[in-house]
Amino acid sequence: MKKLTIAELRATYPYVDDFFDVNGLVVENDSQTVAEYIYNLPYLFLENMGLEHESLIKHFRAFMSSMQGLDKSQVFAVDSLTIIGGTDKSGQREQTEVTIERGEIICIVGPTGSGKSRLLADIEWMAQNDTPTGRRILINNVVPPESWRFSLNHQLVAQLSQNMNFVMDVSVKDFVRLHAYSRMVRKPEKKIDDVISCANELAGETFDPSTPLTSLSGGQSRALMVADTALLSASPIVLIDEIENAGINRIKAMRLLVDQNKIVLIATHDPLLALSGNKRIVVKNGGINQVIKTSKVEKMHLEKIIGLDKVLTEYRERIRNGETLQHIL
Amino acid sequence: MRFLTVSGPPSSGKTSVILKALEVLKPKALKVGVMKFDCLATNDDRLYAAHGIDSKVGLSGSLCPDHYFVSNIDDCVDWGIRHGYDVLISESAGLCNRCSPHIKNCTAVCVIDNLMGIDTPKKIGPMLKMADVIVITKGDIVSQAEREIFALKVRQANPLATILHVNGMTGQGAGQLAAIIEHATAVESLRGAMLRVSMPSALCSYCLGETQIGKEKQKGNVRKMILD
Ligand SMILES: Nc1ncnc2c1ncn2[C@@H]1O[C@H](COP(=O)(O)OP(=O)(O)O)[C@@H](O)[C@H]1O
Ligand SMILES: [Mg+2]
Repeated sequence: MKKLTIAELRATYPYVDDFFDVNGLVVENDSQTVAEYIYNLPYLFLENMGLEHESLIKHFRAFMSSMQGLDKSQVFAVDSLTIIGGTDKSGQREQTEVTIERGEIICIVGPTGSGKSRLLADIEWMAQNDTPTGRRILINNVVPPESWRFSLNHQLVAQLSQNMNFVMDVSVKDFVRLHAYSRMVRKPEKKIDDVISCANELAGETFDPSTPLTSLSGGQSRALMVADTALLSASPIVLIDEIENAGINRIKAMRLLVDQNKIVLIATHDPLLALSGNKRIVVKNGGINQVIKTSKVEKMHLEKIIGLDKVLTEYRERIRNGETLQHIL
Repeated sequence: MRFLTVSGPPSSGKTSVILKALEVLKPKALKVGVMKFDCLATNDDRLYAAHGIDSKVGLSGSLCPDHYFVSNIDDCVDWGIRHGYDVLISESAGLCNRCSPHIKNCTAVCVIDNLMGIDTPKKIGPMLKMADVIVITKGDIVSQAEREIFALKVRQANPLATILHVNGMTGQGAGQLAAIIEHATAVESLRGAMLRVSMPSALCSYCLGETQIGKEKQKGNVRKMILD
């Protein structure tokens, strides 16, 4: 790599331009090597930028190797996630050990303050007896390497919560492109279209790819976050914290995530979501109190809830569009 | 004595993450002190006191904050050693983006937050690019995707640093920062130590208190924009 000219590097490693950009460097002659280029930078220029020849070269090498690492990193296969119980808020031991398999949806239920978000945070952190609960998390039955917590390449967990908002000053399309780029997706255009059209299917109200990201409604934002997580994120585990009020098609959203073979955990108060999982974890006073399997009878109730939900959605749409419910029986 | 510099733009969460990390270290019963450098005013000393942590405040006032920092930090280290501190943390805000308090062979931490926009890692100069450890805060309130994009931009701006995600509210991730603080470089004195990069330089009439605008008053190290 040392002998390649900048032009040659660009052809093989398109991200090399990010190095120049992030350091405020302008390349006028790309027939020289990066080392030649850097050593030819005027001292005064570097001084102004607070840079030095040697450290810039060192940064360039590290830059290339970390970008190559990202490029090569594969999706890590997670077949199971195990929660080994710790203690509740009163210091009582939780009895449980819960294992969740790939493609499963598990719901977490319990009143506000009972510890749902804490449980999700333990999973996100891959807790090893180093959080207030003392829980431990295993991946594929073993303790995940500590280094994964810092690694960009091993993003095991993607999170979605009611506190999250989009803050970037870009259009929806540019945002998805940036994310695709950070995932080193080869043919981003197709992916971008997929994510946006999928988000539009989940959102109650559709939006245009040119919409500024920060002007999406709450529902549209959640829809885009779900679609992006399902289709673009490499993380095999998805944690969702109370997004029920967001006004998105929840059934479709869950199916989308599970279809990507992800492990999905949802903290929720919503019966529709709670019953759409295979199991639900009940938390009380900070501890896992019991694990309930969704029964056949409950699945029948779920059908009823879905029916009710449809009616409610229809009413909402009509009223929103200025219609009356006068002629509906 | 262990010594490290913690820097970062204003409001990025420096004090919060330091406090969370020190909470993790509490059981070790280390004697920890914080040197807080700021320009006009700070309440951080009260925050530290509320958590039972000793701190000293240095306000640069009308002086260049970086120059003020570098002309005091060696005395601060002597003071820390004299008073038997195990760990001394220097906390300072980077104000002009060109500045950086980082010192060669002293652990250097930079704190930035997810809300600053994706161009920030590029805009912040040596403070970020020359740090050993970069702490990213406020990840809990932005989307996962933005967090990933931001982390990549940080990685590109400083491919050598360790990147930590710390939640300044809940303390998630503070354990790693605590380990870094506990194992920060040991120093005996900063006399003769070198800054990682030169400080922004200036010696013009305005440094000396000139307030009137106009060519006649611009003396010394003056640089002009090229407008045409
Ligand atoms: N097992 C536990 N031990 C100690 N503290 C806990 C435990 N579980 C939860 N907490 C704390 O209780 C508070 C409320 O929990 P949280 O997860 O926010 O509840 P929820 O999401 O169900 O509303 C948080 O501060 C959390 O850290
Ligand atoms: Mg919660």
